[in-house]
Amino acid sequence: MAQGKDFTLRIITPERVFYEGVVEMVEFNTTEGEIGVLPGHVPMTVILMPGVLTIHEPEEEKWAALHSGFAEILPDGITILAEVVEWPQEIDRTRAEAAKERAERRLRMREHGLDMARAEAALRRAIARIEVLD
Amino acid sequence: MASMRDIKRRRGSIQSTQQITKAMKLVSTVKLQRARSSAEKTKSYFDCMYETVRSILARIGEVPSPYLHGRTSERKAVVAITSNRGLAGGYNSNVVKLVTKHEGWKKEDVTIYAIGSKGRDAFARNGYEIAEDLSYLAESPTYADAMHLSDKLLREFCDGKIGEIYLAYTFFRNTVSHEPILLKLLPVEKMEQEGPVAMAPMNFEISDEEALELIIPKYITSLLYGGLMESIASENGARMQAMDNATSNAEDMINNLTLAYNRARQGSITQELTEIIAGAEAIG
Repeated sequence: MAQGKDFTLRIITPERVFYEGVVEMVEFNTTEGEIGVLPGHVPMTVILMPGVLTIHEPEEEKWAALHSGFAEILPDGITILAEVVEWPQEIDRTRAEAAKERAERRLRMREHGLDMARAEAALRRAIARIEVLD
Repeated sequence: MASMRDIKRRRGSIQSTQQITKAMKLVSTVKLQRARSSAEKTKSYFDCMYETVRSILARIGEVPSPYLHGRTSERKAVVAITSNRGLAGGYNSNVVKLVTKHEGWKKEDVTIYAIGSKGRDAFARNGYEIAEDLSYLAESPTYADAMHLSDKLLREFCDGKIGEIYLAYTFFRNTVSHEPILLKLLPVEKMEQEGPVAMAPMNFEISDEEALELIIPKYITSLLYGGLMESIASENGARMQAMDNATSNAEDMINNLTLAYNRARQGSITQELTEIIAGAEAIG
Protein backbone atom coordinates (compact mmCIF):
# COMPACT_ATOMS: atom_id res chain seq x y z
CA MET A 1 0.00 0.00 0.00
CA ALA A 2 1.00 3.55 -0.54
CA GLN A 3 1.36 4.21 3.17
CA GLY A 4 2.76 7.59 4.06
CA LYS A 5 2.18 8.89 0.58
CA ASP A 6 -0.47 11.45 -0.11
CA PHE A 7 -3.55 10.27 -1.89
CA THR A 8 -4.99 13.22 -3.76
CA LEU A 9 -8.43 13.76 -5.19
CA ARG A 10 -9.08 16.24 -7.98
CA ILE A 11 -12.54 16.90 -9.27
CA ILE A 12 -12.66 19.02 -12.40
CA THR A 13 -15.77 20.33 -14.08
CA PRO A 14 -15.95 22.40 -17.25
CA GLU A 15 -16.66 25.50 -15.19
CA ARG A 16 -14.29 25.17 -12.26
CA VAL A 17 -11.97 23.00 -10.21
CA PHE A 18 -14.56 21.59 -7.83
CA TYR A 19 -12.31 19.93 -5.27
CA GLU A 20 -8.63 19.40 -4.74
CA GLY A 21 -7.15 17.84 -1.63
CA VAL A 22 -5.59 14.94 0.22
CA VAL A 23 -8.07 12.21 1.11
CA GLU A 24 -8.16 8.79 2.74
CA MET A 25 -10.90 7.21 0.71
CA VAL A 26 -13.35 8.13 -2.01
CA GLU A 27 -16.66 6.44 -2.74
CA PHE A 28 -18.84 6.94 -5.79
CA ASN A 29 -21.24 5.24 -8.16
CA THR A 30 -20.09 3.83 -11.50
CA THR A 31 -21.58 1.88 -14.36
CA GLU A 32 -20.54 -1.25 -12.45
CA GLY A 33 -22.08 -0.22 -9.15
CA GLU A 34 -20.81 1.68 -6.14
CA ILE A 35 -17.13 1.51 -5.49
CA GLY A 36 -14.78 2.79 -2.79
CA VAL A 37 -11.22 3.63 -3.68
CA LEU A 38 -8.33 3.48 -1.22
CA PRO A 39 -4.74 4.60 -1.78
CA GLY A 40 -2.69 2.20 -3.87
CA HIS A 41 -5.51 1.19 -6.14
CA VAL A 42 -4.77 -0.48 -9.44
CA PRO A 43 -4.80 2.05 -12.31
CA MET A 44 -8.26 2.12 -13.78
CA THR A 45 -10.69 4.32 -15.61
CA VAL A 46 -14.37 4.10 -14.82
CA ILE A 47 -17.49 5.77 -16.11
CA LEU A 48 -19.66 7.45 -13.51
CA MET A 49 -23.34 7.09 -12.86
CA PRO A 50 -25.47 9.55 -10.89
CA GLY A 51 -24.93 8.96 -7.22
CA VAL A 52 -23.48 10.20 -3.97
CA LEU A 53 -19.81 11.03 -3.85
CA THR A 54 -18.31 10.55 -0.40
CA ILE A 55 -14.95 12.10 0.29
CA HIS A 56 -13.21 10.77 3.40
CA GLU A 57 -10.77 13.43 4.50
CA PRO A 58 -8.40 12.74 7.39
CA GLU A 59 -10.59 14.86 9.72
CA GLU A 60 -14.05 14.79 8.28
CA GLU A 61 -16.32 13.42 5.61
CA LYS A 62 -17.81 15.37 2.76
CA TRP A 63 -20.65 14.54 0.46
CA ALA A 64 -21.61 15.75 -2.98
CA ALA A 65 -24.03 14.74 -5.72
CA LEU A 66 -22.07 13.51 -8.72
CA HIS A 67 -24.07 13.07 -11.91
CA SER A 68 -21.95 12.20 -14.88
CA GLY A 69 -18.44 12.00 -16.13
CA PHE A 70 -15.59 9.58 -15.63
CA ALA A 71 -12.81 8.96 -13.15
CA GLU A 72 -9.21 8.09 -13.67
CA ILE A 73 -7.82 6.12 -10.75
CA LEU A 74 -4.08 5.93 -10.07
CA PRO A 75 -2.24 4.50 -7.06
CA ASP A 76 -1.51 7.99 -5.73
CA GLY A 77 -4.66 9.82 -6.65
CA ILE A 78 -7.95 10.11 -8.47
CA THR A 79 -8.95 12.59 -11.12
CA ILE A 80 -12.66 12.89 -11.67
CA LEU A 81 -13.83 14.62 -14.82
CA ALA A 82 -17.37 15.50 -13.90
CA GLU A 83 -19.90 17.18 -16.12
CA VAL A 84 -22.14 17.99 -13.17
CA VAL A 85 -21.30 17.83 -9.46
CA GLU A 86 -22.86 19.74 -6.57
CA TRP A 87 -22.24 20.34 -2.89
CA PRO A 88 -25.26 19.81 -0.61
CA GLN A 89 -25.57 23.57 -0.01
CA GLU A 90 -25.97 24.11 -3.75
CA ILE A 91 -28.94 21.79 -4.04
CA ASP A 92 -32.50 23.00 -3.84
CA ARG A 93 -34.45 20.29 -2.03
CA THR A 94 -37.89 21.27 -3.24
CA ARG A 95 -36.71 21.34 -6.82
CA ALA A 96 -35.02 17.97 -6.52
CA GLU A 97 -38.15 16.45 -4.98
CA ALA A 98 -40.35 17.92 -7.68
CA ALA A 99 -38.02 16.54 -10.32
CA LYS A 100 -38.12 13.13 -8.70
CA GLU A 101 -41.89 13.07 -8.68
CA ARG A 102 -42.08 14.24 -12.25
CA ALA A 103 -39.65 11.58 -13.44
CA GLU A 104 -41.46 8.85 -11.49
CA ARG A 105 -44.80 9.87 -12.89
CA ARG A 106 -43.44 9.83 -16.42
CA LEU A 107 -41.93 6.41 -15.97
CA ARG A 108 -45.16 5.06 -14.50
CA MET A 109 -47.36 6.40 -17.21
CA ARG A 110 -45.03 5.31 -20.00
CA GLU A 111 -46.21 8.16 -22.12
CA HIS A 112 -46.11 7.63 -25.81
CA GLY A 113 -43.00 8.98 -27.49
CA LEU A 114 -41.32 9.59 -24.17
CA ASP A 115 -37.60 9.34 -23.97
CA MET A 116 -37.40 6.63 -21.29
CA ALA A 117 -33.64 6.79 -20.93
CA ARG A 118 -33.89 10.49 -20.27
CA ALA A 119 -36.61 10.18 -17.66
CA GLU A 120 -34.67 7.46 -15.96
CA ALA A 121 -31.51 9.56 -15.90
CA ALA A 122 -33.50 12.46 -14.47
CA LEU A 123 -34.86 10.21 -11.75
CA ARG A 124 -31.38 8.98 -10.85
CA ARG A 125 -30.09 12.52 -10.63
CA ALA A 126 -32.97 13.59 -8.42
CA ILE A 127 -32.46 10.62 -6.11
CA ALA A 128 -28.74 11.35 -5.85
CA ARG A 129 -29.48 14.95 -4.90
CA ILE A 130 -31.96 13.99 -2.23
CA GLU A 131 -29.63 11.34 -0.81
CA VAL A 132 -26.84 13.86 -0.46
CA LEU A 133 -29.10 16.15 1.51
CA ASP A 134 -30.17 13.44 3.93
CA MET B 1 -9.65 75.03 -48.74
CA ALA B 2 -12.65 74.03 -46.68
CA SER B 3 -14.08 76.78 -44.57
CA MET B 4 -13.21 77.07 -40.90
CA ARG B 5 -16.73 76.21 -39.92
CA ASP B 6 -16.73 72.98 -41.94
CA ILE B 7 -13.44 71.86 -40.45
CA LYS B 8 -14.64 72.62 -36.97
CA ARG B 9 -17.82 70.68 -37.45
CA ARG B 10 -15.99 67.70 -38.91
CA ARG B 11 -13.52 67.65 -36.04
CA GLY B 12 -16.34 67.71 -33.53
CA SER B 13 -18.05 64.73 -35.11
CA ILE B 14 -14.83 62.71 -35.20
CA GLN B 15 -14.23 63.60 -31.59
CA SER B 16 -17.55 62.17 -30.52
CA THR B 17 -16.92 59.03 -32.59
CA GLN B 18 -13.62 58.69 -30.82
CA GLN B 19 -15.34 58.90 -27.47
CA ILE B 20 -17.61 56.04 -28.48
CA THR B 21 -14.78 53.83 -29.73
CA LYS B 22 -12.80 54.57 -26.59
CA ALA B 23 -15.71 53.52 -24.40
CA MET B 24 -16.26 50.37 -26.47
CA LYS B 25 -12.62 49.50 -26.11
CA LEU B 26 -12.83 49.78 -22.34
CA VAL B 27 -15.96 47.64 -22.25
CA SER B 28 -14.40 44.90 -24.35
CA THR B 29 -11.22 45.00 -22.27
CA VAL B 30 -13.24 44.20 -19.17
CA LYS B 31 -15.28 41.55 -20.99
CA LEU B 32 -12.10 40.05 -22.39
CA GLN B 33 -10.63 39.65 -18.93
CA ARG B 34 -13.73 37.88 -17.73
CA ALA B 35 -13.96 35.64 -20.80
CA ARG B 36 -10.31 34.80 -20.61
CA SER B 37 -10.40 33.77 -17.00
CA SER B 38 -13.37 31.50 -17.60
CA ALA B 39 -11.70 30.04 -20.67
CA GLU B 40 -8.64 29.32 -18.58
CA LYS B 41 -10.70 27.70 -15.85
CA THR B 42 -12.16 25.26 -18.31
CA LYS B 43 -8.81 24.49 -19.85
CA SER B 44 -7.74 21.77 -17.39
CA TYR B 45 -10.95 19.87 -18.03
CA PHE B 46 -10.37 19.83 -21.77
CA ASP B 47 -6.73 18.89 -21.47
CA CYS B 48 -7.70 15.92 -19.32
CA MET B 49 -10.53 14.98 -21.64
CA TYR B 50 -8.32 15.20 -24.69
CA GLU B 51 -5.61 13.07 -23.09
CA THR B 52 -8.11 10.43 -22.08
CA VAL B 53 -9.73 10.15 -25.47
CA ARG B 54 -6.35 10.08 -27.15
CA SER B 55 -5.11 7.28 -24.97
CA ILE B 56 -8.28 5.26 -25.46
CA LEU B 57 -8.04 5.61 -29.20
CA ALA B 58 -4.35 4.77 -29.19
CA ARG B 59 -4.98 1.66 -27.17
CA ILE B 60 -8.06 0.06 -28.59
CA GLY B 61 -7.04 0.19 -32.24
CA GLU B 62 -9.70 -0.64 -34.79
CA VAL B 63 -13.18 -1.08 -33.45
CA PRO B 64 -16.34 -0.96 -35.49
CA SER B 65 -17.68 2.17 -33.83
CA PRO B 66 -19.74 4.55 -35.93
CA TYR B 67 -17.91 7.42 -34.23
CA LEU B 68 -14.61 6.41 -35.76
CA HIS B 69 -15.68 5.69 -39.31
CA GLY B 70 -17.24 7.99 -41.84
CA ARG B 71 -20.82 7.48 -42.78
CA THR B 72 -22.09 7.24 -46.30
CA SER B 73 -23.88 10.57 -46.14
CA GLU B 74 -22.18 13.40 -47.98
CA ARG B 75 -23.76 16.02 -45.77
CA LYS B 76 -21.50 18.02 -43.54
CA ALA B 77 -22.73 19.82 -40.49
CA VAL B 78 -20.73 22.88 -39.51
CA VAL B 79 -21.17 24.53 -36.15
CA ALA B 80 -20.06 28.07 -36.87
CA ILE B 81 -19.36 30.24 -33.85
CA THR B 82 -19.48 33.96 -34.55
CA SER B 83 -20.82 36.88 -32.55
CA ASN B 84 -24.12 38.70 -32.33
CA ARG B 85 -22.46 42.07 -32.63
CA GLY B 86 -20.24 43.64 -35.22
CA LEU B 87 -17.38 46.11 -34.94
CA ALA B 88 -14.94 43.36 -34.13
CA GLY B 89 -12.58 43.67 -37.08
CA GLY B 90 -12.34 40.52 -39.16
CA TYR B 91 -13.58 38.26 -36.39
CA ASN B 92 -16.88 37.26 -37.96
CA SER B 93 -15.85 37.26 -41.60
CA ASN B 94 -12.81 35.09 -40.89
CA VAL B 95 -15.00 32.32 -39.51
CA VAL B 96 -17.40 32.61 -42.44
CA LYS B 97 -14.51 32.48 -44.90
CA LEU B 98 -13.29 29.22 -43.36
CA VAL B 99 -16.40 27.56 -44.72
CA THR B 100 -17.10 29.51 -47.90
CA LYS B 101 -13.50 29.34 -49.09
CA HIS B 102 -13.04 25.68 -48.18
CA GLU B 103 -11.93 23.75 -51.21
CA GLY B 104 -13.80 20.64 -52.22
CA TRP B 105 -16.96 21.54 -50.33
CA LYS B 106 -20.11 21.96 -52.29
CA LYS B 107 -22.56 24.49 -50.99
CA GLU B 108 -25.41 21.98 -51.22
CA ASP B 109 -23.66 19.50 -48.95
CA VAL B 110 -23.12 21.87 -46.07
CA THR B 111 -25.60 22.51 -43.29
CA ILE B 112 -24.87 25.32 -40.90
CA TYR B 113 -25.63 25.33 -37.19
CA ALA B 114 -25.20 29.02 -36.59
CA ILE B 115 -24.14 30.36 -33.23
CA GLY B 116 -24.04 34.14 -33.59
CA SER B 117 -26.37 36.19 -35.76
CA LYS B 118 -23.55 37.78 -37.79
CA GLY B 119 -22.43 34.40 -39.05
CA ARG B 120 -26.00 33.27 -39.62
CA ASP B 121 -26.77 36.29 -41.80
CA ALA B 122 -23.56 35.92 -43.78
CA PHE B 123 -24.19 32.24 -44.49
CA ALA B 124 -27.80 32.86 -45.40
CA ARG B 125 -26.68 35.59 -47.80
CA ASN B 126 -24.27 33.15 -49.42
CA GLY B 127 -27.02 30.63 -49.95
CA TYR B 128 -26.11 28.06 -47.31
CA GLU B 129 -28.71 26.01 -45.55
CA ILE B 130 -29.13 27.04 -41.94
CA ALA B 131 -30.31 24.05 -39.93
CA GLU B 132 -30.61 25.89 -36.70
CA ASP B 133 -30.11 29.35 -35.29
CA LEU B 134 -28.55 29.18 -31.85
CA SER B 135 -27.49 32.79 -31.65
CA TYR B 136 -28.47 33.13 -28.02
CA LEU B 137 -25.53 30.85 -27.21
CA ALA B 138 -23.02 33.42 -28.38
CA GLU B 139 -23.48 35.57 -25.28
CA SER B 140 -23.08 33.42 -22.21
CA PRO B 141 -23.20 29.72 -22.95
CA THR B 142 -23.50 27.14 -20.21
CA TYR B 143 -22.24 23.60 -20.28
CA ALA B 144 -25.82 22.37 -20.44
CA ASP B 145 -26.31 24.31 -23.68
CA ALA B 146 -23.29 22.59 -25.20
CA MET B 147 -24.65 19.23 -24.03
CA HIS B 148 -27.94 19.94 -25.72
CA LEU B 149 -26.31 20.80 -28.99
CA SER B 150 -23.99 17.82 -28.99
CA ASP B 151 -26.93 15.51 -28.23
CA LYS B 152 -28.74 16.83 -31.23
CA LEU B 153 -25.71 16.55 -33.52
CA LEU B 154 -24.95 13.02 -32.41
CA ARG B 155 -28.52 11.94 -33.01
CA GLU B 156 -28.42 13.28 -36.56
CA PHE B 157 -25.08 11.62 -37.05
CA CYS B 158 -26.26 8.25 -35.79
CA ASP B 159 -29.39 8.46 -37.95
CA GLY B 160 -27.12 8.90 -40.94
CA LYS B 161 -28.53 12.31 -41.80
CA ILE B 162 -25.09 13.87 -41.64
CA GLY B 163 -21.79 12.21 -42.38
CA GLU B 164 -19.34 14.63 -40.86
CA ILE B 165 -19.43 17.26 -38.15
CA TYR B 166 -17.15 20.28 -38.08
CA LEU B 167 -16.65 23.12 -35.67
CA ALA B 168 -15.63 26.53 -37.01
CA TYR B 169 -14.43 28.76 -34.20
CA THR B 170 -11.74 31.23 -33.28
CA PHE B 171 -8.86 29.98 -31.22
CA PHE B 172 -7.66 32.43 -28.59
CA ARG B 173 -3.88 32.35 -28.66
CA ASN B 174 -3.37 35.53 -26.69
CA THR B 175 -4.85 39.00 -26.43
CA VAL B 176 -3.62 40.13 -29.83
CA SER B 177 -3.58 36.90 -31.78
CA HIS B 178 -6.68 34.88 -32.61
CA GLU B 179 -6.84 32.18 -35.18
CA PRO B 180 -9.93 30.95 -37.01
CA ILE B 181 -9.93 27.14 -36.95
CA LEU B 182 -12.01 24.49 -38.67
CA LEU B 183 -12.00 21.42 -36.48
CA LYS B 184 -13.35 18.02 -37.42
CA LEU B 185 -15.43 16.64 -34.57
CA LEU B 186 -16.80 13.45 -36.09
CA PRO B 187 -15.81 10.93 -37.18
CA VAL B 188 -12.99 11.15 -34.70
CA GLU B 189 -9.71 10.99 -36.49
CA LYS B 190 -6.97 8.83 -35.15
CA MET B 191 -4.55 11.14 -33.48
CA GLU B 192 -0.86 10.84 -34.12
CA GLN B 193 0.91 9.14 -31.32
CA GLU B 194 3.35 11.65 -29.87
CA GLY B 195 5.56 9.69 -27.57
CA PRO B 196 4.21 7.52 -24.79
CA VAL B 197 0.80 8.41 -23.47
CA ALA B 198 1.16 9.79 -19.99
CA MET B 199 -2.13 8.42 -18.76
CA ALA B 200 -3.06 5.48 -16.65
CA PRO B 201 -3.54 2.33 -18.62
CA MET B 202 -7.16 2.15 -19.50
CA ASN B 203 -8.51 -0.60 -17.43
CA PHE B 204 -12.20 -0.32 -17.97
CA GLU B 205 -14.54 -2.55 -16.19
CA ILE B 206 -16.75 -2.31 -19.23
CA SER B 207 -15.63 -3.05 -22.76
CA ASP B 208 -13.69 -0.57 -24.84
CA GLU B 209 -16.52 -0.17 -27.31
CA GLU B 210 -18.99 0.68 -24.58
CA ALA B 211 -16.52 3.07 -23.01
CA LEU B 212 -16.10 4.78 -26.34
CA GLU B 213 -19.85 5.10 -26.77
CA LEU B 214 -20.04 6.81 -23.40
CA ILE B 215 -17.00 9.00 -23.66
CA ILE B 216 -17.24 10.31 -27.23
CA PRO B 217 -20.42 12.33 -26.56
CA LYS B 218 -18.73 13.92 -23.55
CA TYR B 219 -15.70 14.59 -25.68
CA ILE B 220 -17.77 16.33 -28.35
CA THR B 221 -19.59 18.37 -25.72
CA SER B 222 -16.36 19.50 -24.18
CA LEU B 223 -14.97 20.51 -27.56
CA LEU B 224 -18.11 22.51 -28.32
CA TYR B 225 -18.03 24.20 -24.94
CA GLY B 226 -14.33 24.88 -25.24
CA GLY B 227 -14.86 26.33 -28.71
CA LEU B 228 -17.55 28.64 -27.36
CA MET B 229 -15.35 29.86 -24.53
CA GLU B 230 -12.37 30.46 -26.79
CA SER B 231 -14.54 32.23 -29.33
CA ILE B 232 -16.01 34.60 -26.77
CA ALA B 233 -12.55 35.51 -25.56
CA SER B 234 -11.42 36.00 -29.15
CA GLU B 235 -14.44 38.11 -30.00
CA ASN B 236 -13.72 40.54 -27.21
CA GLY B 237 -10.04 40.52 -28.01
CA ALA B 238 -10.77 41.27 -31.67
CA ARG B 239 -13.19 44.04 -30.74
CA MET B 240 -10.74 45.55 -28.31
CA GLN B 241 -8.10 45.65 -31.03
CA ALA B 242 -10.50 47.04 -33.63
CA MET B 243 -11.64 49.76 -31.26
CA ASP B 244 -8.08 50.56 -30.28
CA ASN B 245 -7.21 51.06 -33.93
CA ALA B 246 -10.32 53.14 -34.49
CA THR B 247 -9.45 55.35 -31.52
CA SER B 248 -5.93 55.99 -32.72
CA ASN B 249 -7.13 56.62 -36.28
CA ALA B 250 -9.58 59.15 -34.92
CA GLU B 251 -6.74 60.73 -32.98
CA ASP B 252 -4.72 61.08 -36.20
CA MET B 253 -7.64 62.61 -38.05
CA ILE B 254 -8.31 65.05 -35.24
CA ASN B 255 -4.67 66.12 -35.29
CA ASN B 256 -4.74 66.68 -39.03
CA LEU B 257 -8.00 68.59 -38.84
CA THR B 258 -6.72 70.74 -35.97
CA LEU B 259 -3.70 71.64 -38.09
CA ALA B 260 -5.90 72.44 -41.07
CA TYR B 261 -8.19 74.49 -38.86
CA ASN B 262 -5.31 76.52 -37.41
CA ARG B 263 -3.91 77.13 -40.89
CA ALA B 264 -7.28 78.29 -42.13
CA ARG B 265 -7.67 80.58 -39.11
CA GLN B 266 -4.19 82.04 -39.60
CA GLY B 267 -4.93 82.46 -43.31
CA SER B 268 -8.11 84.37 -42.63
CA ILE B 269 -6.38 86.65 -40.09
CA THR B 270 -3.57 87.37 -42.54
CA GLN B 271 -6.07 88.10 -45.25
CA GLU B 272 -8.05 90.46 -43.05
CA LEU B 273 -4.89 92.32 -42.05
CA THR B 274 -3.80 92.68 -45.64
CA GLU B 275 -7.21 94.04 -46.51
CA ILE B 276 -7.16 96.59 -43.65
CA ILE B 277 -3.63 97.76 -44.51
CA ALA B 278 -4.50 98.03 -48.18
CA GLY B 279 -7.61 100.01 -47.26
CA ALA B 280 -5.65 102.34 -44.96
CA GLU B 281 -3.04 102.97 -47.64
CA ALA B 282 -5.71 103.74 -50.21
CA ILE B 283 -7.22 106.41 -47.91
CA GLY B 284 -3.88 107.87 -46.89
